[in-house]
Amino acid sequence: MSTSSVSVLDRARTRVLAEGQGLEEADILEVLRLPDEDIPAALQLAHEVRMRWCGPEVEVEGIVSLKTGGCPEDCHFCSQSGLFSSPVRSVWLDIPSLVKAAQQTAATGASEFCIVAAVRGPDAKLMQQMRDGVKAIKEAVDINVAASLGMLSQEQVDDLVDMGIHRYNHNLETCRSYFPNVVTTHSWEERWGTLKMVRDSGMEVCCGGIIGLGETLEQRAEFAAQLAELQPDEVPLNFLNPRPGTPLGDQPVMDPKDALRAIAAFRLALPRTILRYAGGREITLGDLGTREGLLGGINAVIVGNYLTTLGRPATSDLDLLAELKMPVKALSATL
Amino acid sequence: METTYCDRCGEPTGTGTHDSCRAARQLEPPRFCTHCRRRMKVQVVPTGWTATCAEHGTLAAH
Ligand code: SF4
Ligand SMILES: [Zn+2]
Ligand SMILES: [Zn+2]
Repeated sequence: MSTSSVSVLDRARTRVLAEGQGLEEADILEVLRLPDEDIPAALQLAHEVRMRWCGPEVEVEGIVSLKTGGCPEDCHFCSQSGLFSSPVRSVWLDIPSLVKAAQQTAATGASEFCIVAAVRGPDAKLMQQMRDGVKAIKEAVDINVAASLGMLSQEQVDDLVDMGIHRYNHNLETCRSYFPNVVTTHSWEERWGTLKMVRDSGMEVCCGGIIGLGETLEQRAEFAAQLAELQPDEVPLNFLNPRPGTPLGDQPVMDPKDALRAIAAFRLALPRTILRYAGGREITLGDLGTREGLLGGINAVIVGNYLTTLGRPATSDLDLLAELKMPVKALSATL
Repeated sequence: METTYCDRCGEPTGTGTHDSCRAARQLEPPRFCTHCRRRMKVQVVPTGWTATCAEHGTLAAH
């Protein structure tokens, strides 16, 4: 083991594992720069931190797209922007299908169901679909309902609370300094503003982003530190899956070792948060990656398909959790 | 012979290789109709997907 890495992991052992405080930005960067031979030790420490501060349960979630494609924003990684020549077409999910998706998600043992729409922010039609859809789900199935509908007004925040939305997802996507390279139609600060309103409303805050957008390691560390400042209840970690037709369509898939370094670093930055494996894990880390992540600081997964791409079958992940003796977090534990 | 199209990239299947498209399709639903190259309306749900061509109907996996 190299000398500098001994010291950063030793510092993390004291500060993060023993005291439950996240690593500072400079040390997050050191973790992101660890030599290959130190990655197993970093993942092991991240796993110990997760077990100590979060416990062995894994939170399982299903997600579904209520309104796909045709988004007016220009997030350069996104196949759902209407501004690029992506093959993804605009489509709405009807309420019976939404309820069915919630039921199928609950049948896997998942405690979370997140409804997502590709929009800058909700309009009246989307809010009405949400009102009707969430009511129908709550009548049919026991599951926590979360939402991700873009930037919100205060009135919309209040409406979502009234509907019984328990957690709101709004990703910062990347660090503040790199954001203008990825999105030009709105600002990082606008996203931060929505997150503050969500936090103040009492809904749980879910905020993460995508690694491998072309940001430097310094910027990746900056992003982890900015998330730590926000202290979200949940951080979904995506790895770029380059989508045809988008400005980042030719960006290479990130090095799996860098992905593992990022998992360890984000856990050491955020010892108590729900750190969720989201999109891109299959293409970046392959089948083995799910195991490595769950033994390296990850304590939540999205099972089944994503919004426009497919995932592993839910049973593959659930079998793996059973093998690792990690219980699926029960609904009763989260209500 | 009728021209058919790659359901991922929309190019004719007789032109070029679509090996990478086939590999990518393991983790993606189809996007183009293989008969007419129209972009299909695709809905992904946690346990499957449907893809509809206005002319040639709906494909589904569940
Ligand atoms: S706001 Fe969301 S749906 Fe719209 S382009 Fe950005 S990431 Fe895609
Ligand atoms: Zn092709
Ligand atoms: Zn067709």
